Amino acid sequence: MSQRLAKGGRLIDRTKPLTFTFNSTRYTGFAGDTLASALLGTGKSLLGRSFKYHRPRGLVASGVEEPNVLVNLGEGDRLEPDQRATTTELFDGAVAASQNHWPSLAFDVGAINDYAYRMFPAGFYYKTFMVSTWAWHKIFEPIVRQAAGLGAAPRRADPDRYEQAYAYCDVLVAGGGVAGLMAALKAAKEGKRVILAEQTAHWGGRAPVDGGEIEGMAPEAWVKKTLEVLGAMDNVRLMTRTMVAGVHDHGYVIVYERVADHTPGDDRPRHRLWRVRAGVTKVATGAIERPLAFAGNDIPGVMLASAVRDYIVNWAVSPGEEIIVVTNNDDAYRTALAALKAGLKVIAVLDARPTANGPLAEAVKAKGVRVMPGHAVSKVRGKSKVVAVEICKQESAGEVVEVLGCDVVAMSGGWSPVVHLYSHAGGKVLWDEAAAMFRPDPARPPTGDKAQPIAEVVGAANGALTLTALCAEAGLAGGAEAEAPLAPVWVMPAKAKDKLKFKAFLDFQNDVKVSDVQLAAREGYASVEHTKRYTTLGMATDQGKLSNINGLAVLSEALGQPIPQTGTTTFRPPYTPISFGAITGEARGEIFQPLRKTPMHGWHETHGVHWEPVGLWRRPYTYPRAGEGHRDSVNREIVNTRTNVGLLDASTLGKIVVNGPDAGKFLDMMYTNMMSTLPVGKCRYGLMCSDNGFLIDDGVVVRLSEDTWLCHTTSGGADHIHAHMEDWLQCEWWDWKVYTANLTEEYAQIAVVGPKARMLLEKLGGMDVSKEALPFMTFKEGELGGFPVRIYRISFSGELSYEIAVPANMGLALWEKLNEAGAAFSAMPYGTEALHVMRAEKGFIMIGDETDGTVIPQDLGLGWAISKKKEDYLGKRAQARVHMTDPDRWTLVGLETLDGSVLPDGVYAVDEGVNENNQRKVQGRVTSTYYSPVLNKGIAMGLVKHGPSRMGEVLDFPADNGVVIKARICDPVFYDKAGEKADV
Amino acid sequence: MSEMMTGAVSPLNGKTIATGFATVAEVGLKGMVSLRADLGSKALAKALKALGLKTPAPREIVTEGGRSVAWMSPDELLVLCGYAEAAGVATDLEKALAKEHALVANVSDARAMFTVAGARADEVLMKLCPVDFAALKPGEMRRTRSAQVAAALWRSGPEELSLICFRSVAGYVMGLLEVSSRKGGEIS
Repeated sequence: MSQRLAKGGRLIDRTKPLTFTFNSTRYTGFAGDTLASALLGTGKSLLGRSFKYHRPRGLVASGVEEPNVLVNLGEGDRLEPDQRATTTELFDGAVAASQNHWPSLAFDVGAINDYAYRMFPAGFYYKTFMVSTWAWHKIFEPIVRQAAGLGAAPRRADPDRYEQAYAYCDVLVAGGGVAGLMAALKAAKEGKRVILAEQTAHWGGRAPVDGGEIEGMAPEAWVKKTLEVLGAMDNVRLMTRTMVAGVHDHGYVIVYERVADHTPGDDRPRHRLWRVRAGVTKVATGAIERPLAFAGNDIPGVMLASAVRDYIVNWAVSPGEEIIVVTNNDDAYRTALAALKAGLKVIAVLDARPTANGPLAEAVKAKGVRVMPGHAVSKVRGKSKVVAVEICKQESAGEVVEVLGCDVVAMSGGWSPVVHLYSHAGGKVLWDEAAAMFRPDPARPPTGDKAQPIAEVVGAANGALTLTALCAEAGLAGGAEAEAPLAPVWVMPAKAKDKLKFKAFLDFQNDVKVSDVQLAAREGYASVEHTKRYTTLGMATDQGKLSNINGLAVLSEALGQPIPQTGTTTFRPPYTPISFGAITGEARGEIFQPLRKTPMHGWHETHGVHWEPVGLWRRPYTYPRAGEGHRDSVNREIVNTRTNVGLLDASTLGKIVVNGPDAGKFLDMMYTNMMSTLPVGKCRYGLMCSDNGFLIDDGVVVRLSEDTWLCHTTSGGADHIHAHMEDWLQCEWWDWKVYTANLTEEYAQIAVVGPKARMLLEKLGGMDVSKEALPFMTFKEGELGGFPVRIYRISFSGELSYEIAVPANMGLALWEKLNEAGAAFSAMPYGTEALHVMRAEKGFIMIGDETDGTVIPQDLGLGWAISKKKEDYLGKRAQARVHMTDPDRWTLVGLETLDGSVLPDGVYAVDEGVNENNQRKVQGRVTSTYYSPVLNKGIAMGLVKHGPSRMGEVLDFPADNGVVIKARICDPVFYDKAGEKADV
Repeated sequence: MSEMMTGAVSPLNGKTIATGFATVAEVGLKGMVSLRADLGSKALAKALKALGLKTPAPREIVTEGGRSVAWMSPDELLVLCGYAEAAGVATDLEKALAKEHALVANVSDARAMFTVAGARADEVLMKLCPVDFAALKPGEMRRTRSAQVAAALWRSGPEELSLICFRSVAGYVMGLLEVSSRKGGEIS
């Protein structure tokens, strides 16, 4: 049984006990514990159930590579699933629960899968679920949904705060072990700006546990001294609990700081995602120990040898009392020595190599421990904990030569350098035959804009696995005991029979076994990437940190090819999972997205507005009064505007000023109409097309002076039309003397619309707004009711209409004044829906309704707005193409239903017969459709084949539920065809 | 002119939040005139001189006697002045550049301006703007973005940064500054 040792523990503070809860039971740990060490210290070794077979699982590792012990952490709105116990620092009151079992951790019904393992081979999902789509929908999907996943998803919004930050440095060092500290110190002394990031809460990496000497000091003392030096330097930022998550192109590095995970509720942001521009990233990420693939290697109590000594040395926790070490290298003997030093029993060391004579092995032998060279684990006995080990020769099929009782198996299959960060942006790795590992190829690093390396690797991540090699690399005196070479061991025993391979796990988190990978190879999977997807090897949240190398070695063996020929799967960021909160940063709630507000936004809010999103703006859709539905209020607003006077907040309309000697020439190119001939003081409606001929925007252009025009765009079009203009000016007509400025937000714009509009403006006073002084399609500047304004006589509703531009900071004041003075004329504000209905009554097109990126002005009967005199304009050439001049193109018409009802939006008019896909042929579609309260019937516009020449014809529009609506083709102008009401 | 200013209110009416580790405030009404022209022209230099200013070098902001002029792009400057005098400044510039190809526009109402003040002011903005604040010198104008919107910023005092954004997103930017300056969020 695991337990807390009476003394020791370099990271824990025994004077600070902390209580926590696991599966509803209260336990105690110490400050400095991880959740993993605290649980192990309480005697718990069964801590979870595996993903597929629901096998009992315990801790395998002590760090980020831990595949098994993922817990639901926290409660209620702070519940977070799949949290690694090994990287969760213990805090007082922590609440955790194990995952993936029902009804309980100790008795899990899902474990039946384990007995039925032969039914779940590699590719089980593909082989089974793809049998028929019926079976998938009716049988498999419901079952899979029930069984899927590990942790429970939180049901409420996360109450914590997250943020991001930007940083810049010359050198970013990833990893605060000895190699990282050395690299940081070197760069800092050269005067470079350095960021040193360590993913755990502690500096020094493995060295304080593994021992040795650096510059005459014990590793721990050297680390302390080096930190003091670094801490005193202004050009160094030291960050703990900070993981370098990904290295991207151009030295853009994502760094994940867990600011307050260990101090919940202290008002700090929980996580901070750093977006760093680093000259070079020094990858000092160390190495991860590999498990050995033997039968029962996943039973709780089987752990990585390094993890066993980490728990003993760092947290004074013994994973058990009687330990068997199984290894293919010398390093694992350190675990035997650490265990003996802590007073634990080491039953034997099984060394797969034929000989074991290195200094570390000799030291273990000298303590009287039985060392068995050439031996291996045939099978671990035990169910939810290790009971004994069946021992065999490594070069055998697993015939048992001896059985030894124990409660811990410390395994080591060698070490794999953590090359992830080096590889993210394209750095290549090479296979080191002698050390049986992939390590970074220094000749092929990820490169920046000048082909310079943007990542360099140091220390164990570079294959310098021993302190001796690491010090030599950094040019420092120091080292540890010499180590004899390891022997590559991918399957244990070497010729293991099937029965053993069925229980020899490669990927603990996804339950992938040696037999699965071998089956995939037999079924023809040759690519490691395909095998990964087929078997799910390395696909879980740990992304195969333990399993990948063993898996691809087994695959290589099965394919009969050398390991480098198989290669690795792609290393992708993030290195370990990062929180969604950190990715989201500040972008949530009110500031999830920029919300653009007009100066009158607040007034609309206090007057019962119902909003409509228009781009990032909110525009009033309508202002329902008490007891009114939206349709009622829209109808009221329309009738009132057409009878009295309505007020519209039109501030969002784009307003782009274009000036210069060549401005007229430029606008003649941008618009289909002739704008250069527009007299000063006049307004003209214009159309803008893309160079492919399609209509992209419309609006009123006014000529402010001899060389200055103001172009109104649609609300949604302001920014991209301005960009479109600048694009042509900067890239094509760079020698034309034209400047543009987007003044959209400089002015609030208010449309005063309706037969009583003039009376209202006259009441405000200050300007002559008579027909004579300010005729239709002209504008005037002046002072209206004390406000500096520019008034345009333009109409989008068919009524007498003034659009008043006023400096935005006075927009609200003028709006309020108009509402106040308008009371005498029954003025009411109206929203965008009333605007849309009124323009549809007039047959005016709307960008985005009548246009969809495939429509040209000619389709909309707007030929009158296309200049025949101009040599060129954007879109002219495209509009001459065969498809654009096709007489069969659908063309704009009005549509009125025979029964006066409102056509559904977007419905198609069907034609006789079916097309080659056996679909009913169509001959038109509805583009705008509304109820007109003025005409008291449904009105619509649509595009219909040969439309204008078919006036009076009735078309069939099939709608939902088999209903066919009949509508007659008519003129699209339903209201005041002669335009007499606007021009008064 | 003064009575015509009745009712002029800046986007957030000078809202200030002083509860965080830095004080963030909307500045209130501010005059801004956008100017596009040949920045090497003598007429421009003369026109700026009349305002007590000079043509800024690339990425420079020149401040003199309560007015500033900032370099915004190779053919664009921004003059900052009192709100009430902006229209006059624009007219003066227009007259002075009448014979040049130039665009002068009063953009005072199109923008919102903020200050972030305090010893840790940089730490607020380094959460929002991809800017190397350690390398941002006084007198440098930096066009950048603040989270999801365009912004321009500069050091306007010993422990103060000023930031300009578009008027319509003033509330959004205030929200950004508030959450980023909240206590506990100091970057140690």
